[in-house]
Amino acid sequence: MKSSPIMTLPITTSTSAGLPWRQILLAALGALVVVFAFSANGYVVTVIGFAAIYALFCTGLNFFMGFTGQASFGQNAFAALGGYGSAILTADYGFEPAVALVLTMAFSGVVALIVGYPTLRLRGHYLAMATFALGLITYEISINWTDLTQGYMGYSGIPPLGIGPYYADTPKQQLAVILILLALGVMAAAGLKNSRFGRACRAIAGSELAAGALGIPVARYKLVSFVIAALYASAAGSLFAHFVGFISPEVFGTAMVVQSFTMLYLGGIGTIAGPLIGAVVVSLLPELMRGLKDYQTIGYLVILLGILIYAPKGIAGLLDRLLPKREG
Amino acid sequence: MTTPLLEIRELSARYGHVEALKPTSLTVAEGELVTILGPNGAGKSTLLRAVTRLTPGPGAILFKGRDVSALPTHKLSELGIILVQEGRGLFGEMSVRENLILGAYNTGGNAAEIAARLEKVFTLFPRLKERLDQKAALMSGGEQQMLAIGRAMMADPKLLMLDEPSLGLAPRVAAEILETLGELNRQGLGILLVEQKAPLALRLARRVYVLSLGRIVAELPSHEIKSHHDLTHYYLH
Repeated sequence: MKSSPIMTLPITTSTSAGLPWRQILLAALGALVVVFAFSANGYVVTVIGFAAIYALFCTGLNFFMGFTGQASFGQNAFAALGGYGSAILTADYGFEPAVALVLTMAFSGVVALIVGYPTLRLRGHYLAMATFALGLITYEISINWTDLTQGYMGYSGIPPLGIGPYYADTPKQQLAVILILLALGVMAAAGLKNSRFGRACRAIAGSELAAGALGIPVARYKLVSFVIAALYASAAGSLFAHFVGFISPEVFGTAMVVQSFTMLYLGGIGTIAGPLIGAVVVSLLPELMRGLKDYQTIGYLVILLGILIYAPKGIAGLLDRLLPKREG
Repeated sequence: MTTPLLEIRELSARYGHVEALKPTSLTVAEGELVTILGPNGAGKSTLLRAVTRLTPGPGAILFKGRDVSALPTHKLSELGIILVQEGRGLFGEMSVRENLILGAYNTGGNAAEIAARLEKVFTLFPRLKERLDQKAALMSGGEQQMLAIGRAMMADPKLLMLDEPSLGLAPRVAAEILETLGELNRQGLGILLVEQKAPLALRLARRVYVLSLGRIVAELPSHEIKSHHDLTHYYLH
């Protein structure tokens, strides 16, 4: 007798259903941080503001590195474009901060498109080195083109965020604006992740060959993903400039790359919550350990190493393991 | 004479200095299932990769009479030339659903079309419907192969090329997989099958190409290969 072409193998695993504990826990922690920020003093507001700006930066970086599986050590270049672009347009040319933010994002996107087209032909370490060079070049320009950037002196007199008659005059108002923009950025990233484009990017991260064989235009999507990351980085750079009112080359230097990588890998690369968790933990942890005085840095590093060793997929990955996502 | 579904002429491919596929010509007719047999390192996988331009090389590729040699991989996929790679090429961190939807990438995201294609795949592999939210990496080998073929079917292929679909599977599961391919072929789908399990493949195919050391050493009706000894004769050609 001819066997049936319809294949029915025995069941070997099962799915589970239950409350989405992970999402509930993350939402509760997020709410706690926000409440804490708005009930605390100015210093805490500044620290959480920086964390939120970094979270936005890392959300973009995560799209390129986590979802699309590419390496970029040079996203600080686009943050610098955003920061200096906003500073120059608002302080020198009187643009509204919100308009300047959007214009510099557009400019950064175009630069990413032009730079990314040849650069993204490289892979792996070569791509990492090329993007790293991009960051270094931007850093050198920000130092040496003093007529434009004021070099090491830095750029001051940058107005706070706002548009028309509405300005975020106090740090808490600015934090509120940053958190709203962060929420929009995260929602956009989550939407993109689960879109046709996002799925294709994740397929590229899985296997460029397999993605190409399915009809996904790999080169084009890598470029678009790079541009998306640049838009986020530019927005983060602009927000930093308006939040602090001053920028200098060091703000967007190599330290920014190291900091953002720490946040990304500690929080959980390739997840939506990862950049948020990483940014909050890496920003708040040193502050929480001030009591250790001389041993603060050592304590901070021990905790970071502990997390990376015992949660190699980051804190989001650890939560995934402890509180599996609800499945239907 | 009718135009073949696929015709390749003097197609070759190399990895660095090594010419893994020497100038090779073959045809697959509409609705035909053709098998390529050959020992390890014969160039079978390279041939499929060269046809899909994953490993581009000189030579002509004609699909339904149209020269598609200059098209990139994703454009060939849009035409319906779909490859199930050796090792399946699944996206392990993604769910079964996401893998299947990615297969229908060439629909342009048309939800109704995707739903219709999903139903067809579920008819073929009901097991996949039960595993929609499961990560592909957590499935058994047989299920993964079903998913790989199911994902390829989501692209509504005109020519399905498979690189050793039975690799690493239990004999019963491998036989069922190949039987499913036979059914798809009976429904009119053109299939180019690379397979090491010669007896199973020979049962399905009418025509066989034998590849050895990067070149075709024989083209013959499958019934002419009676034993493993016959194949060894060609492998040592």
